[in-house]
Amino acid sequence: MTLALDLAGIALAAAGVAFLLLAALGVWRLPDTLCRLHALTKADTAGLALVAAGTTCLLPSAGGALSLVLCVVLVAISGATIGHLIGRAHQE
Amino acid sequence: MILDLLATAALVATLAALPRLVVGPTAADRILAAQLSGTGTVATLLLLGAASGAPALFDVALVFAALSAIAGLAFVALWRRDP
Repeated sequence: MTLALDLAGIALAAAGVAFLLLAALGVWRLPDTLCRLHALTKADTAGLALVAAGTTCLLPSAGGALSLVLCVVLVAISGATIGHLIGRAHQE
Repeated sequence: MILDLLATAALVATLAALPRLVVGPTAADRILAAQLSGTGTVATLLLLGAASGAPALFDVALVFAALSAIAGLAFVALWRRDP
């Protein structure tokens, strides 16, 4: 049972890190600020959520899982807010 | 061993955002790069916590997530005041 959990955790963490690497590539290569914003917010929400899910599978502890959930929610909310503010300010 | 590799990859993603921080033509690009490096650092901390088997690092990641959230909002607020 623990082997399946470890494999699932590593697979989820790998997917999350793939999102992060793609976002870093997108922020570097994409031509326009709004395109980079598009790439960035994916990493904030999806990438970190996958990494947190993988980490929870690898280290199943209630306290750790709680702080992970708070971490993901905090980064997702701040990422979305900042993305929205930048998008609106950039339009003016 | 794989988790150390993943933590290194997350660190590479964080450092890959720094050139955009320096080069970025507009202020928005710099805020983007700062936000991405913050998220990358949080991911690196999470992976290191899983790799070393120390749940204490998750609290460090939580503190860093709060700091990067506030810093990003502060950057945007200051940028909107005098573009």
